[in-house]
Amino acid sequence: MTTLETKKGTFARGIHPPDSKHFTAERPIEVLPTPQEVRIALLQHLGAPCEPTVKARTEVSLGDVVGESSKFVCAPVHASVSGTTGRLTVATLPNGRHVSVVPIKAAEEQPLSGRALLEDMVGGEWPTEGLDRYEPQEIAEAVRRAGLVGLGGAAFPTHVKLRRNDEKPIHTLLINGCECEPYLTSDYRLMVEAPAPVITGALLAQHAAGAEEVVVCVEDNKPKAIEALRRASQGTTVRVKPLETKYPQGGEKQLTIAVLGKEVPTGGLPLDIGAVVLNVGTAAAVARAVIRGKPLTHRIVTVAGTGIKEPKNVFVPVGTSYRDVIDYCGGLTDEAVRVVAGGPMMGFTLGTLEAPVTKGTSGLTALTEAEVRKAEETTCIRCGRCVDVCPLGLVATKIALASRAGNMDLAERYHITACMECGCCAYVCPASLPLVQLIRLGKVMLQNARSK
Amino acid sequence: MTQDAAPKETEAAAAPVTPAGPSIHVAPSPHISKTALTTRGMMADVLIALAPAVVMSILIFRWHAVVQIGLCILSCLAAEEIFTWMRGQRSRVSDGSAAVTGVILGLSLPWSAPWYIAVIGSVVAIGLGKAVFGGLGYNIFNPAMVGRAFVMLSFAKALGAGSYVLARSDIAVVTQATPLTVAKKFAADLAVGKAVAGDMQLQLEAAREFWPLFLGQVNGSLGETSALALLIGGLYLCFRRSASWEIPVGVLTSAFVLAGIGNLLGLTPFTALHHLIGGSLLFGAFFIATDPVTSPLTSKGKFIFGSGIGVLVILLRLFSGYPEGVMFAVLLMNAVTPLINRWTIPRPVGGPTPRKA
Repeated sequence: MTTLETKKGTFARGIHPPDSKHFTAERPIEVLPTPQEVRIALLQHLGAPCEPTVKARTEVSLGDVVGESSKFVCAPVHASVSGTTGRLTVATLPNGRHVSVVPIKAAEEQPLSGRALLEDMVGGEWPTEGLDRYEPQEIAEAVRRAGLVGLGGAAFPTHVKLRRNDEKPIHTLLINGCECEPYLTSDYRLMVEAPAPVITGALLAQHAAGAEEVVVCVEDNKPKAIEALRRASQGTTVRVKPLETKYPQGGEKQLTIAVLGKEVPTGGLPLDIGAVVLNVGTAAAVARAVIRGKPLTHRIVTVAGTGIKEPKNVFVPVGTSYRDVIDYCGGLTDEAVRVVAGGPMMGFTLGTLEAPVTKGTSGLTALTEAEVRKAEETTCIRCGRCVDVCPLGLVATKIALASRAGNMDLAERYHITACMECGCCAYVCPASLPLVQLIRLGKVMLQNARSK
Repeated sequence: MTQDAAPKETEAAAAPVTPAGPSIHVAPSPHISKTALTTRGMMADVLIALAPAVVMSILIFRWHAVVQIGLCILSCLAAEEIFTWMRGQRSRVSDGSAAVTGVILGLSLPWSAPWYIAVIGSVVAIGLGKAVFGGLGYNIFNPAMVGRAFVMLSFAKALGAGSYVLARSDIAVVTQATPLTVAKKFAADLAVGKAVAGDMQLQLEAAREFWPLFLGQVNGSLGETSALALLIGGLYLCFRRSASWEIPVGVLTSAFVLAGIGNLLGLTPFTALHHLIGGSLLFGAFFIATDPVTSPLTSKGKFIFGSGIGVLVILLRLFSGYPEGVMFAVLLMNAVTPLINRWTIPRPVGGPTPRKA
């Protein structure tokens, strides 16, 4: 192993919240029994929304396209169950957006379900050789057709990332297996139970993007995953790099620092320094799309927290309601006070359990009163702890209080737009200031001021 | 009969039904926090860190220490209550900051100061030092130092060098002048070419003894005498991260260097080490300068702030009319803190935000 693979990378500052992964780390993935209805959102990615391609009351099969768009930054959506479509309706996603959804009532007979479905998606043999028989454009097009988006949560259309760019050549492909959010173990279980498609997908993505190096990055609190990936990548050019466990190591900007020692320019993308980052789940989906021709219709969701009766890692069809997923896990306990889509640091709270799971849903965290952040705010005493932990080197208190006062000049002077809202500042604030929320407000105010 | 039944039905329909099961609310991220960390906890840490110094002051100055510190704490708490009531705010004494101001003010006074010094000093500290700015978090100057500066200038005799000494006292240490006063007089005499009297030489030798200075068997304000007690408390505070270590390091390093230079140039009979453990430099470095509200936000800023204080303390000790300079040094650097903050805006990872064309 080279020093790249033995020396643990890291970045400056950051926090060490308890990783709380014991709820589900050792629970193998279970397949959700086919729900009665799924609702496929026409916008579940960054970019342009899809237009529906099926009318109401049409028979569809698992994997059929139900939404498409001609715009470049977009990804089509597919039926995640076989059944009959209903009339277009609207659903509210956890981030507050109201999106059009295509409801599909599941048929009695499904082509695949249970264990067989999981096997079909991630099990079996995955080739690691002869992958250059696929042309790069072929791979990117297959990825686009399969509706792949970033499964780490940002949901950026993957095919856009994999297109070769003559002006900005890609040198390194980073496969993100860090999963730095507390409670979440969906990526971890994928790496432990099915590392092969991750490696195959990584190689395919490398070939498509023309990258010289591929590195799978995993935090060192997941030794089994590192071991499994190393075994699966033996004989290939894919390397596995352990990183120091620290939040938010899984952020793109922190990854490039930890692995490549380079900083992504503020306001820019990893592409600007010759890097592309893909989540491990996305990599596995790339393999699935190219080798088996399967679109993205299911994903692994971690359901955890003390507010859930039976924490699990569940393989669910996109569009399942959160309620169905929670019910499968025994339901919420009486002490649950907050249900979060995603992890507790950056996830959105659910206002309704009827919201549908989207491609970007990595988990569901149900928290109790004892676990949630205190809301009662006192005055900022300028202790500087927020400055000590900000992974991007910002002064959170200045930006937040400037936003509160409407002083956008001051907020800009302190680089408000560079903030990635990771939550490290609010996590350590002794005065319980809602720093991230104030910064979000500030960004909106700045946007409004600029667009005038 | 039917007429009676109808209103009952609508009543039943109108009565709200509390749903069974958990009550879920929404809130913005992040949803977890380091629960052990609170402002009150930090204030409690400061009080714990001050405990060794308080204990030493009671051991050395006995009843006088109890009275001074007690009066200051009570006056600060009362002043805080009254001022927040006057401003129509709810009481904030529970955050502990007024108590901390009280202890620090008390420890910075001489044992002999009359009761009204403690009371007036506390009222001014809380009122002018904190309340007029808007309360905790909004003040520019260290409240305890504002209070002390006020009484120092208004009641110069009660707080001057002479007030520390009482020739016939059953407390051994107060029969001698404070070490810094001795050093100042010695240096002043030397500067004007006055022949140094024999007993002055003896006094200076006594003042320069390491162990009394370190343990606290010398005269001085209530809290400044025992370097050991202050170091124990100060290091505790830094390890608990309730005070930023950059500030004491800045203060002590720059003071050490400048005092050493001053000593080599013959401007002061005390060596750099004596300057560190004599006087209230340690007290100032660990407990006064580290007040988070009135010191810079960033690591670099804290070093600059600390270094400025260290330099000013030694300059004041050497060249001003006062034997000690911590109070004014801190107040001066407090005034410069907003500028330091501006000068030390950190470079964000990835460089500054690109200017929009």
